[in-house]
Amino acid sequence: MFYREAGDFKTSYRADSQTFPIRLDRMGYIAALVVAYAVVPFFIDDYWANAVFVPFLIYAIAAIGLNILVGFAGQVSLGTGGFMAVGAYAVYKLMTGFPEVPFFFHVILAGGVTAFVGVLFGLPSLRIKGFYLAVATLAAQFFLVWLFNKVPWFYNYSASGQITAPDRTMFGIYITGAQTSAVAKYLFCLVILTLVALMARNLTRGTVGRKWMAIRDMDIAAEIIGVNPLSAKVTAFAVSSFFIGIAGALLFSVYLGAAEVGESFGINKSFLVLFMVIIGGLGSIFGSFAGAAFLVLLPVFLKNVLVGALGWPTDVAAHLELMIVGALIVIFLIVEPHGLAQLWRIAKEKLRLWPFPH
Amino acid sequence: MSDQLLYATETALNGLMTGVMYSLVALGFVLIYKSSGVFNYAQGVLALFAALTLVGIQKGQVPFAHLINAVTGGHLETFPWQVPALLAILLTAGVMVLMAIIIEKLVLKHLVNQAPIILFMATIGLAYFLEGFGDVMWGADIKTLDVGLPQGINETIETTTANWFGYGFFIDNLDLVATLVAVLLVAALTLFSQYSKQGRALRAVADDHQAALSVGISLRFIWVLVWSIAGFVALVAGIMWGTKSGVQFSLSLIALKALPVLMLGGFTSIPGAIVGGLIIGMGEKLFEFWVGPLIGGATENWFAYVLALIFLVFRPQGLFGEKIIERV
Repeated sequence: MFYREAGDFKTSYRADSQTFPIRLDRMGYIAALVVAYAVVPFFIDDYWANAVFVPFLIYAIAAIGLNILVGFAGQVSLGTGGFMAVGAYAVYKLMTGFPEVPFFFHVILAGGVTAFVGVLFGLPSLRIKGFYLAVATLAAQFFLVWLFNKVPWFYNYSASGQITAPDRTMFGIYITGAQTSAVAKYLFCLVILTLVALMARNLTRGTVGRKWMAIRDMDIAAEIIGVNPLSAKVTAFAVSSFFIGIAGALLFSVYLGAAEVGESFGINKSFLVLFMVIIGGLGSIFGSFAGAAFLVLLPVFLKNVLVGALGWPTDVAAHLELMIVGALIVIFLIVEPHGLAQLWRIAKEKLRLWPFPH
Repeated sequence: MSDQLLYATETALNGLMTGVMYSLVALGFVLIYKSSGVFNYAQGVLALFAALTLVGIQKGQVPFAHLINAVTGGHLETFPWQVPALLAILLTAGVMVLMAIIIEKLVLKHLVNQAPIILFMATIGLAYFLEGFGDVMWGADIKTLDVGLPQGINETIETTTANWFGYGFFIDNLDLVATLVAVLLVAALTLFSQYSKQGRALRAVADDHQAALSVGISLRFIWVLVWSIAGFVALVAGIMWGTKSGVQFSLSLIALKALPVLMLGGFTSIPGAIVGGLIIGMGEKLFEFWVGPLIGGATENWFAYVLALIFLVFRPQGLFGEKIIERV
């Protein structure tokens, strides 16, 4: 009743192959965009931007990237933190090396650099499969973090070994650095997220995406029906790393402002993004958003309840938070192994019939 | 022998000893993977939890003291008694068995027939939970673990080598004990799985779940059994690593060191875990010794992974793993 695919007739091929072919989906998508672009910026303040919105937008980009690799192409990766570090250090070198180029292009280029590195570490996936591959991607994680720690060229020989984002503007408005307003951070990340999500959505429903899914479901069978595993796996690693690199670049330059590689891009970051993908739903773009929102909001919520409302010491609260996150992940996997996206699918099923279930 | 070669030999020997320690952790992984197909990421945290519990019982700490104090405003710290080491170890083993039963009841039972990646993720969730749980239960401060194992330089080896080569090798007594314990552990596990009824059932399950079920082996009992054994192996690893470097959060990270060992040795092979551990332990120490100074040091963090990665490209199932056969 409230959610219908029927009665939505198309009269041209163009209309039939648009990004959101169902009218209700399209309306929901436009409504979300209107709220995100025209409503939120008027209410956002520093606390909400830094605690919730900006990390959510950035992790959503990373989750989409990882979901393409794990959810669509079926190649499990635990190297996300390392690839985010590549994005962060690439954008840092570009920002300090070519200050006259607009910052937006730095971010995109950083994604490109990460894509290249991702392909390099993705090549062994042709031989190594399953858990062996998951553990092999840890090689990328540890090697990259070590590299950025030990080669001073990457952090411009700074004494602390940290990288600090210089001030950069777009159209006269600060995007990075201490003077950036909450709205500017939010809108810049939002624009990039919108582009990334549109790109991911259209890639995954096209030829490339179908090749990825064929490889995911069974790579030998896919090879026999004419999918080239080399190109499918390599493009999956490239696109995924491109998005993850962008997320890393934004995390460092817009959100953190300064970063130390082991702390900001360690193995925990890899797991965090992987959890987002699993909890959100493997193989679903919407799921990446839902998972990122869930795992960004949960610690904020727990902290407010445990420390703010109950007044417990922060160290006990931090340990309890670990327990609750761990338990929630296990419970989620038991109750709904296909993630939040599956809940949304079930809700749509119900809405289709409601209020006349027969 | 030249000095350089002597130092290298000493480094290699110490690397072998470290490798034994890695193998201890890797053993737990292999046991669980073989019999239930679960890639148990929580193995390292199990070792941490076992070590924390052991110290807690030994020192007579009140469990959850922090939390109780936070809620009630009291000042609970310790019970007025201390528990002797051996009894404490036995009690901790009991706790690990209890833990295995709880994990089977609450987690594994509900995840039968799920994809391996889902089970893997569940064990990562479990690892987070146990990490927080251990800290809440026993406190997060760094503790020293002492169950009476010998520590420090082995004088006999030093004087003997000094007499032979004019340079005394530094070998830690604790590493020698660890080697001995590892040998005993592997021997015990082999005997158990070859000659006991339960051990045979264990191998049957590892071979084929459904066939094992159909001849009347209880899968759930076997899972509890194998997680208990893994918990016991974790306890041994926890004691060794805890004595060596103190009981603290970083103990759970040895699991990450055991992963390349597994890749190299093959996920399903107990000898593989041992040989892989020795190769990785010696390889990383020698690499750090010869190449490390040229490229900035601290190569131990990634060398094991890169070695395993390169190795796998040529032999995807590891040294002793079962040959991967794919059918459409």
